Amino acid sequence: MIIQDRMRVTGQREIAKNIFEMKLTGKLVGEINSPGQFVHIRVSDSFEPLLRRPISIASIDHQANEMTIIYRAEGRGTQLLSMKKEGDEVDVLGPLGNGFPVGETSPGETAVLIGGGIGVPPLYELSKQLTAKGVTCIHVLGYQTADVSFYEEEFIRLGETYIATVDGTKGSAGFVTDVMEKIGDGFTTYYSCGPMPMLNAVQTAYTGKRGFLSFEQRMGCGIGACFACVCETTDKTDKEYIKVCSDGPVFPAGVVSI
Amino acid sequence: MNRLAVELPGLQLKNPIMPASGCFGFGKEYGNLYDLSMLGAIMIKATTLDKRFGNPTPRVAETASGMLNAIGLQNPGLQGVMENELPWLEQYDVPIIANVAGTETADYVEVAKTISMAPNVKALELNISCPNVKCGGITFGTNPQQAHDLTAAVKEVSEVPVYVKLSPNVTDIKEIAKAVEAGGADGITMINTLVGMRLDQKTGRPVIANITGGLSGPAVKPVAIKMVYEVSQVVQIPIIGMGGVSETADVIDFLSAGASAVAVGTANFVDPFICPKIIEELPSKLDELGVNQISELVGRSHRL
Repeated sequence: MIIQDRMRVTGQREIAKNIFEMKLTGKLVGEINSPGQFVHIRVSDSFEPLLRRPISIASIDHQANEMTIIYRAEGRGTQLLSMKKEGDEVDVLGPLGNGFPVGETSPGETAVLIGGGIGVPPLYELSKQLTAKGVTCIHVLGYQTADVSFYEEEFIRLGETYIATVDGTKGSAGFVTDVMEKIGDGFTTYYSCGPMPMLNAVQTAYTGKRGFLSFEQRMGCGIGACFACVCETTDKTDKEYIKVCSDGPVFPAGVVSI
Repeated sequence: MNRLAVELPGLQLKNPIMPASGCFGFGKEYGNLYDLSMLGAIMIKATTLDKRFGNPTPRVAETASGMLNAIGLQNPGLQGVMENELPWLEQYDVPIIANVAGTETADYVEVAKTISMAPNVKALELNISCPNVKCGGITFGTNPQQAHDLTAAVKEVSEVPVYVKLSPNVTDIKEIAKAVEAGGADGITMINTLVGMRLDQKTGRPVIANITGGLSGPAVKPVAIKMVYEVSQVVQIPIIGMGGVSETADVIDFLSAGASAVAVGTANFVDPFICPKIIEELPSKLDELGVNQISELVGRSHRL
């Protein structure tokens, strides 16, 4: 169920250049049911900035009633969020959207998780849940540069991890697709989150494979009412369009027209 | 006696608070969050004769205390609304105000005729002010004669009272208001969004794919208040006021300016529970003001 919760900040630290990891506690955590769902955060109690900020959930700890979000402090809203301190309260709406289907990969099978930049965080909780049920995860993480890369250690703990940076300052130089060529196609499913051009390249490279993509779109309400985040579908027979916030953000590969 | 009750043509409102058209879809998303029967009314998303996909994305951009949108009247079309959306809303005890949009008189008339026969549609809101579609919409809302004629044509076929939604993007909104009143309008809803633009800092290009969008949110409230204040003094028909309503104090301002009821738009995106929160706060606000019945506040600003 979607709830509005005043969550308490239990931790905030800069884990890479302008990339923040924030921990929040509150009853909303109990409502999260799949990796890849997101929350919609009001960064100020005033009307400036006005709209909420959609941020993906990187990790869930049901026992501690705590969730971790990772975001880039880029605009005014996320900069304000990055100034919140331990003990501060934040107005959070969520959990929103439909996450990655963990059940699509069976124990003993292998999944490839491909993330780009600030699209990497939801793959962490996904990998935790997949590996916990006995799926072998291979991670391919792409960043612009070494100084904005994060969570390498955390992913390595869960499985084989490849890093690519555009400028070659960490891992191999180039894009995630360059790494994908090397790891071959001995896997059952793939899961990906990142910028649209990356999702398109991943989907094209893995044509014929079963995959799930998480999309990012400029959002208004986050719950499906405002029609800001619509995308056309490739096969218009069932639905002509989808709303990224409430129908997604995760869709089977091939459904959304990129 | 319900202190918040308001009676308007076609509408017995439990309270004067209703979500504004385009900010509430057809209610389903908010129906998951709270009981829609709490609302005074619901202004559903604009319905056109044929279904519309709307404009390319990006469709929204944030601005100082506001936002621009250019959704472009995306909706499932008259048939979809009649067969799916309105029957779903019948489970709630709440009057529906159907926002009717079109590109020419004939399709406004056709949509109005059919949709006004739905059992839960108690009034129409004639959309002559959408700034985000190429034909129709705002072109009817900026010319008094055209606004008058369209109102008269829709009045002729509608089974329920007709409210006309005015655009602030005109030289003198009073002229349009008087024209639709003369055309037979039962009420006025105002204001629609103000046309605006935002540019990308790096590229200098417009952020919104449609280039321009409609500005809404707290930033537009002073403009809306001024226009409600003016129009309410030159027409006899009631006004449903809107434009940046985000908290209970804003409702009081719109009533004082001359509106009889108030619609909440963009604030639903900021806080999806804002309508029930305002409804809950209103009685204590009335106590604070020493007012028994909410309608006593209507037009306070005129009594100088």
